[in-house]
This record gives sequence, C-alpha cells and structure tokens, in this order.
Amino acid sequence: MSVAEMVGPDGRGGIRREDRPLAVAILAMGGQGGGVLADWIVALAEGAGWVAQTTSVPGVAQRTGATIYYVEMIRARPDASPVLSLMPAAGDVDVVLAAEWMEGGRAILRGLVTPERTTLIASTHRSFAVVEKERPGDGIGDSTAVAEAAGIATKRTIAFDMAALAEANGSVVSASLFGALAGSGALPFPREAFEGAIRAGGVGVEASLRAFAAGFDRAGKAGKPDLPPKGPDKALPEPPVRVGAPALDALLARIHDEVPPAARAMAYAGVRRLTDWQDPAYADAYLSRLKAFLAEIPAATTLGFGDAIAVEAARQIAVAMAYDDMYRVADLKIRETRFDRVRREVAARADQIVLTTEFMHPRMEEVCSALPARLGAWIESRPGLFRALDRIVNRGRRVRTGTILGFLQLYAVASFKRFRLGALRHGREMAHMEAWLALAGRHLATDPALALEVLKCRRLVKGYSDTHARGLSKYDRVAAMVPRLAGRTDAADWVRRLRQAALLDEAGTALDGAVKTIEAMLSEAAT
Amino acid sequence: MAERSFAREVEDLKLADGEVFRGEGILAITKALLQCGVGYVAGYQGSPISHLMDVLADAEPILSELGVHFESSASEAAAAATLSASVMYPIRGAVTWKSTVGTNVASDALANLASGGVTGGALIIVGEDYGEGSSIMQERSHAFAMKSQMWLLDPRPNLPSIVKAVEDGFALSEATNTPVMLEVRIRCCHVTGSFIAKDNRRPAFSLAEALDNPVRDTSRIVLPPASFQHEKEKVEKRWPAAIEYIRTHRLNETFGDDGRADIGIVMQGGMYNGVIRALTRLGLADVWGNTRVPLHVLNVTYPLVDDELVAFCRGKRAVLMVEEGAPEYLEQALAHILRKADCPTRLEGKGIFPVAGELTATVMLDAMTAFVERHAPDLLGNRPPVPDARPILADPKVKALADVVPPRPAGFCTGCPERPIFAAMKLVEKELGPHHVAADIGCHLFSILPPFNIGATTMGYGLGPASASAFNVPASKRSIAVMGDGGFWHNGLSSGVGNAVFNKQDGVILIVDNHYSAATGGQDILSSRAFNRLRATNNSIVAAVKGIGAHWVRQIDRTYDVARLRDTLREALTTTETGPKIIVASSECMLNKQRRLKPLTSAALKRGERVVRERFGVDEDVCTGDHACIRLSGCPSLSVKHTDDPLKEDPVAAIDNSCVGCGNCGEVSEAAVLCPSFYRADIVQNPTGWDRFLARIRTAAIGFLQRRHAARRIAFPA
Repeated sequence: MSVAEMVGPDGRGGIRREDRPLAVAILAMGGQGGGVLADWIVALAEGAGWVAQTTSVPGVAQRTGATIYYVEMIRARPDASPVLSLMPAAGDVDVVLAAEWMEGGRAILRGLVTPERTTLIASTHRSFAVVEKERPGDGIGDSTAVAEAAGIATKRTIAFDMAALAEANGSVVSASLFGALAGSGALPFPREAFEGAIRAGGVGVEASLRAFAAGFDRAGKAGKPDLPPKGPDKALPEPPVRVGAPALDALLARIHDEVPPAARAMAYAGVRRLTDWQDPAYADAYLSRLKAFLAEIPAATTLGFGDAIAVEAARQIAVAMAYDDMYRVADLKIRETRFDRVRREVAARADQIVLTTEFMHPRMEEVCSALPARLGAWIESRPGLFRALDRIVNRGRRVRTGTILGFLQLYAVASFKRFRLGALRHGREMAHMEAWLALAGRHLATDPALALEVLKCRRLVKGYSDTHARGLSKYDRVAAMVPRLAGRTDAADWVRRLRQAALLDEAGTALDGAVKTIEAMLSEAAT
Repeated sequence: MAERSFAREVEDLKLADGEVFRGEGILAITKALLQCGVGYVAGYQGSPISHLMDVLADAEPILSELGVHFESSASEAAAAATLSASVMYPIRGAVTWKSTVGTNVASDALANLASGGVTGGALIIVGEDYGEGSSIMQERSHAFAMKSQMWLLDPRPNLPSIVKAVEDGFALSEATNTPVMLEVRIRCCHVTGSFIAKDNRRPAFSLAEALDNPVRDTSRIVLPPASFQHEKEKVEKRWPAAIEYIRTHRLNETFGDDGRADIGIVMQGGMYNGVIRALTRLGLADVWGNTRVPLHVLNVTYPLVDDELVAFCRGKRAVLMVEEGAPEYLEQALAHILRKADCPTRLEGKGIFPVAGELTATVMLDAMTAFVERHAPDLLGNRPPVPDARPILADPKVKALADVVPPRPAGFCTGCPERPIFAAMKLVEKELGPHHVAADIGCHLFSILPPFNIGATTMGYGLGPASASAFNVPASKRSIAVMGDGGFWHNGLSSGVGNAVFNKQDGVILIVDNHYSAATGGQDILSSRAFNRLRATNNSIVAAVKGIGAHWVRQIDRTYDVARLRDTLREALTTTETGPKIIVASSECMLNKQRRLKPLTSAALKRGERVVRERFGVDEDVCTGDHACIRLSGCPSLSVKHTDDPLKEDPVAAIDNSCVGCGNCGEVSEAAVLCPSFYRADIVQNPTGWDRFLARIRTAAIGFLQRRHAARRIAFPA
C-alpha cells in the first residue's frame, strides 16, 4: 500500500469507473469499542492486500455520546493509490454496524442505509438515553419502529442481541459485531482473516475470539432478524379454584363468583398483592370494594368498555390499597427471596460474601403517618413538637441488613405492620381512594370512557415523600378538570392527554400547559 | 498521565529511513516533527490534537536522546509565546492546539511573533475543530492567518501529504521569516494511513547553544519604530518571498488539466478527497484520483499565488471554489484576483454551496452536480445512477424514526464525580429557587443537558467566573459560576478568582476538580494528585485562591457527599460574608480512576487477596417507577426496565453490572429524601476465614428470622 500511495493521482488515462471502494459505517456510543472495531476491519483488509482507511470524529463523544466511525477499503493496485473518503455518504454505504438498536435507527435516519446497497448489522439490545429514562412515566422509545424502518430500508438485516452474546463470552459488543460481520459474508474475506485481525490487535484476544465465534455462528444462520427483546410480559395467571389454604380458597371463590371473567386475572393479582401486603382479610376487603364499584357499572355499558373498566378497577384499586409505606419496604427488604435476588443481580459467585446496606431517609411525616391515627393527628396539630421530633427522625439512615443488628431493625418495623390499618396514613389513603372512585363512578352511566380514564389517573400517584406529594398534586390537578370537562364528547380524550402530560416531566410543566389549553378552550366555548 | 498509554505509538516515533509508518494523521505529524529536526514542541491538549501531546508526553526518552524539548503549556497563549525561541535563533519550533478556540487564546503572542518575524522555522499546528464531532463555536482559523499575515497550509488529507506539509511548513517559515500555520481538520487528524518514514534528526542548533550564546536585535521587538518597519517588511519582503517559495516548490497542485476543459475546480487541500468522491459519483473521476474536471488544489490557502490561479482559470468558462465555512475569504480573494487580471471566467462558490456548515458528502455531490449542470452539462453525458437516500428518507416508516430515535449527546460517565455536584445544585435549586449559573468549558458543561439542565452561558475556557462578573449588584440571589480545574489553571485563577477578589464580587465560584484535564484525555495539570516524574503536580487550588486573596473558601474532598455539597452551596448562597465564595469540589475522574485501579484490583484478586467490590442496586418491588433518582443522576448504569408486575405500569429503575459503586445513588436518595429502593452490595471477594466465620453466623441468625417471618405470612404459592 505504501508504494502505491507514493505514486499519487496521475490524471492520465481513462476513468476507472468500475473501481469502487467498500464502505462500512460503525454507529456506536462512546465506550462501546467502536474504534477497536474499526481498527480490526482495517487490519483485516490490509492483511488481505487491500488498502483501507478509517476515520472518526470522537471528540467529547467518547463520553457516552453517539458517534460514528467510517471505514473504506479497496483492492490495492501497484500503480496508484486510492483517494478514499473521510465521511460516509447517504446512500453509498455497503455495511452499517450498529452497536445498539436505536443507533441502527439513527443510521437509517441519516440515510446511510438504503435498499440498493446496505447490509445492516445491528445489535438488538437497548441502552436507554437520558431522555428516555428521566420521564416520570414510560419514556422508552418504540423499538419496533426501527425494525419496521429496517424492513424497507435495508438490502439485508442481521439483528440479534450481540451485547448479551458478548457478555456471555466475557467480551464486549464490538467482538460479537465483528463476528456477525464475518458471518454475514458482506466483506470478501474468509473467517480466518477476521480472526487474524483480532489476534494482531493483541488485547483480550481469547475472550474476543469467543464472542466473535458466537456472533459469526448466529449471523450465519439463515432466518429472519430478531426483534429487540421486549420486557417481560405482565404475569397475569388465571386464578386457580383452590390452593389448599381455607382463607385463600375463600378469596379465590369470591373472585370466581363476583368478578367478570375478563378481570379475574387482574383481581387475582390484586388479591395476591394485598394478601402479601397485609393479610387475607385485607384482600377480602379489596374484593368487597371492587365488587361495590363493579356493581355501579350499568348493564347497558358496551361489553368492551365494561371489561376494560373492570380490569382497570381491579388493577388500580389494588394499587391504591397497597400503598407504599415503611412497613411494606421493611417487609420486602428482609425476605430470603430478596437476599437471593441481590446475589443474582450483583453477579456474586458462590464463594463470595454479599453484605447489603439500605439507604433510608424517613421524615417525621412518614413516621407520624405510621402512628395510630389519633396520636399521629395529635402530633401533627402541634407544629413545634412536630419540628422537634423531625429533627431527631429526619436524617439519612443506612441500615446494614447483612448484619444481625441491622436486619433486626427492619424485622421489627415489618412486624408492626399489623397495626397499619389503624394508622393515620391508612385513613387518609382510604379517603383519597374513595374520592377517586366516587369521581370515576359519577361518570360510569353517562360517559364510561371518561370513567375509565379517571380510573387510570391513579397511576399518577406513586413514589415516596416529596415525589409522592408531587404525584398527588398532579392527580389533584387532573381530577379538578374532570367535572369541568364532563359532558363534552371529548372529555375522556382530554383526561387521557392530561394524564400523559403529567407523566412527561417532574414539575408538571407539560400538565400546566395542557390545563391552560383546556381552560382556553372551555372559556371560548362559553362565550 | 493521559487516560491511555501511548507506549505503542511511541515506538512508531523511532521508525528509521525507509520503514513504513502506519497510524493516524495526528501521529504522522508528530513523527514528521522529529524528522524535521524540531528543537522544541509545546501546546495545549484538546481534540483533535490531544494525541500529539499525549504521545510526546510518553516519549521522553526519545526526546531527550534527540535533544528535543517538549512542554505541556499552561495555555495556548503560553504555547504560542514559546515560539519566541525561534525569533533570534535558528531553531525549529512547533506548537499545537484546538482551533479556533486555542488560536483565540494564543493570538496576542501570535500577533507579536508574526510582527517581528522568525529566524528558525515556526510551525503552528491547528486542529480545526469544525463540523461533525466539534465541541466549539464554528469559526475559521483562516482569519488569524490573514490578520497577522502568517502563512496557512491546508494539505490534502492523507498521511504523505500532511507529512510533506510539515516539512514544507518549516522550510517556508525559514525562507520567509514568517510563522506558518498548518491546519488539519478533525477527520484528517484521526484518518489512518501510512507513509515512508525518514530518520529523526537532531536539531541543527540547540536550545542550550542559544542560552549559552544569547543574541538580541531591537529591530525584532514590537515597539516603535520597529513595529512600523515590520508592517512594511511583511508586504515588501516576506510576502513576495512566500509567493516565490510556494511557486518554485510547487506547494499547490493541479490535476487533470490538459488546457482544453471548459470548467475547473479550485479547493482547499483538505476538501480534495470529498471533491474526488463527488466527481466519481458523477462519473467524472475515479477512486484513483483520475479526473476529467481539472482541479487546482490549494495546499497553501494563504497567501494565494495570483498568477497560478489566473493561469488555471483563464480559458475556462467557469470555476468553482470549494471552501468550507464562512466567511468565504478564498472566494472573495479569487474574485478579486480574476477581476484585477481582467479574466472573464465565471466564479462559482457559495450559492452553489450553502454559505455555512460542513461540506458533507451530500452537500458536495449536490454542489458538483449543480456546477457541472450549469456550466458543462455535456460532460455528464450518460449519467450513472447517483447514490441517493432521499427516496427512502421520504418513506413514512423512516420518517417516523425521527420521533423515536433519542438524541444521545455526550454526558457524564458512569460514576463521574461531577454528577453529585450537579445533583446537589439541583437540590439547592429546589430550596432557594433557580440562580444564574455561568458555566465553563470542560466535562462539567454536560450539566446543561438533561437531566440536570443547569447553566446559562459559556464564555470560554476558564472564563466562567469572569462571565458572571457583571452580576455584582445587590439582589436577592447570587450568581453561581462553575469552572473546572483545567480552566482554573488555564487562566481562571487570574481572570476569574483574581478578578472576583479585586472587584469584591459577591457571587459563588464552584471549582470542579477531578485531578486531571479530563475532557481532553486525562492529562496532568498543576493540581493533579498523581506523582509525575517530569512535572510538578500536587499544587493546591485552595492555596492558590487564598494566595490571591480569597477568604471564604471551602474544600470538599469527596464530591459524592451530596448532603455536604448541598449544605456548603446553600451556605455560600446565603452567608452575609462579602467577596467571592469559593467552593473547591474534588474527586478523581472516574474514567481515569478505573483505568488506574482495574489492573491493580485484578492483580490483587489473582494473588488471592481480599477485595471488596461495591455495587448499587434497586429493589424492583420497592421502586414505584417515578424515576426521580434518574432525574438527579443520568448515570449510564442507572437505567429502567419493565417488570412482570401487572400492578406496575411504568418501568422501574435498574442498575446494571457496569456500576462502579461510586456511591452517588445512595447519597442522592438520602439527601433528596427519595425512596428506599436503593441498596449497596459489598461483595467480598477472596473472603478471609474470619469473613466466612462471620458470614456463617449471620446467615444462620438471619435465616432463622426469615423463616419465622415467612411462616407467619399466609401467601399464595408462587
């Protein structure tokens, strides 16, 4: 190559139109090894007597941002050296390697993927961007949109979870991507040449070769590209007839007798949660409350709506009754199953010891609301006392649940849960729930769609301390709009939009905007 | 220490005559400097030229053997001033930085240097940080060459060409007594390729010889009347000498001009590959550089050689100037040249090209197509299909991606110690309301992005505090200025802290100290805590600000202590004490820390030593999916996942195994009173006998209680 490069363009002779370099674009995030992958491809091509060139624009993108590496290669000629491009051109890329699924989408958006030319090799795993993670609701981008776009934009798509494959082989995604590139046959080099390039790189060779082989095998198999892995399906088993414990069997019998078939699985989920949260008697109270609400659904409601309302009521009443408090947290944290899960999550080996530390920060608000209702209210009505106690209570507490004493602290809190139904918090939660159900119930006959949307608004109340308070305030703002919208044909639609807006940002800015829009609309309609 | 080792690249610097150098562009330049007998190299790190500095920093044995002095300058101004060694002595010197920002900082020294002129070759390698991947304002270094009358090289972007440009640059500088700028763009700095190496050369005249035999000449000092003489010299002597040298040594190149073509293209050298590729797509050139459209490549973009250009243009119906960025200095100059020469050739440029922005492949193809269609449509003949993504981009399914593919700007790394600083700022913001925050250049500028959204302006490296100085009036809130340790030593100590002390600034100055110049690749600076054999480190920022007269100074040596940072910040914003309130928040850059510790840890593990790995996790059944923790973090390892729980509609938080256990999650959930979902797991690897004994007792006791607790609970079978 070096000799050829010295010759330089001669300007004589004809134009060799048929000589066209192969172009490979790598879309990756900083830290994914895109640079290493580009170097391997160059080494591969050069090893085969080709001329190859890579370039990149890492800059600060090396810090977790999306970036692109670009490689061109052409069979060398003894009498001339090629003039290779320093950047990919829309519509003129042979292979796009995407080290993450949405980066594959980005390549398509940039026009680097075209049906005439491009093999898209993309790992289907997701690494969520900050904007996807920070929403109070579900901000995760729709992976299927990328699959659909790939369906029409590529000449060929090879997609599977290369990150998982790499991890299983003790390596990183660049190695399995390189394997998939080899297995795809998109470049005219044999497998040994690819492996030679990895060996020449000299770093983490064995693990890289294992991940490479896994990627190679998987890409070589014919078949349709994988879709990105979905989250787990919601666990909604149908309730059994009996499980053998009288208290539980009575609950099951009630589900079968009183809940419409469509909502039984959800009601069963609710019953399990509330039995776990408190006891079978509390789950029984749940079924009673659910039954009372379902009885309000007029028989004339269209079947689909009736079922949807029943499912949502079964879900949301359970969520409302199983509110998050310190008894619940302690109860969950001390379980054996939880200890096992932590070991799994942190990938601890059998011979390693795992000690957990919990980060708790109770405030007087939480402590007070957990006290018996009258005592709690008595303290709350004395701000001086409340503040004094808050000074003692309100601090970060690190509980080392891996030690006996630390464990005992949470064990004690969990044991007190039998007093929780008499606590100040419980009365308030139940009052709030009743107000919410009443609001939904008011519209069951006249506008079932609106009633359904009001039920769904319970989703806004979640979190602990300030976050919980903010959720409540968002719920209140949405709930306040319901009576004003009621009677309009698009009332349900507006409430759905309000709820979606409330889940967009923490402070509720989008929600305030949506409320203003509605107010303007209402006042216009009034004049 | 830079964040990675350059030991292998250092080996490349030793290549001898006839051996093949393979590597990236900026390292080829580094090798070329040694081949040219450079006497000293100085510079300030920054993309895209950081690697030049990093390799030389690791190449001390080679440099000392050759007698080459290398310096990591305090700033680009300091680097430029270093070239002063070439004013009176025949020593070749080179400096480098990121441009235009670095050239802005350096321009005082450069203007003085260019006025008096040089004796030894003086080369200024500017990494033109323009277009995709750039992190700075989009400007052109070209203007600096024009205003100070320094010569500007812009070679074709391949290794042999840029290596030749280094050689030409020194020679041109010496032939014309003028400093020469060598402009290399981002992609050119990172392009790989090869060239035939030459032996390294010792400097013909050493710095020691100069020190031992000092020379002075008042006619070289910028003071009247010499300064007026310099201006005349520039136009009467140095300029003609440059034109003569460029012409004689054929620094500019012409390709494919048989004198019969109707059109031609004039370009900056750096645009050559893009032009060839666009013409190739039109069927007018090929990948080997053969072209049917004559090309005139300006490897020297300042000064222009008038008669070369007139000769190229004359007889052609139209020429196209391919010039990146605005304003279009070259096009203006060429128009002027053609007018003066009464040359009727039509000049095209901006208009066919967009006035602003990078000349991407698509822009280049569109412009070439328009130019040829307008002035020589016959050339296009039977047009081959041109690659075109527009049809597919117009498809609704592809368009839909615009709403789905998330923006993914660079951000704080996993475990970054700067994250808790901005989490604390957000907590204070919730208490005291938003403040005017003057941001600065460095990793900490990622604070302006989600999830933190903190910071109103940036005015230049180390200028954060200075940029808040007008806000020194009575008001209910104080301004907050952020500055990194890099910016602090670059100039912030005087322009920021000194300025604030002197003017009795009442604001808060937050100095983010991560022990390195981290954003540029983790180079050592004055306050780095590592021992460095070649540099004096461990100089205290606190001592410096106190030395300059600051009184209210707080040092926080563990930025992960979010509560302490929050309280300190609150105190700074509310104290009645006057004058600047300075908080120095220090913790080691996690990227560098991991690189430093990982090998040590794995070695200790291999030896069977007890090592505790810390990691955070989220209890998914406790988490309610409100993501408040993420809005105070944004850590790549803190993500979200859907669960199978039908009662949880929103995804819950989840921490993956890339967590380095920095502690931020726990501290934030404590300080912000978030939720009790977080846990820290201490994983004891290679536990001792005592560890195992204790674990057995704990497991027995806790297991007993767990079974008892479970037995009391009536539960459905799982």
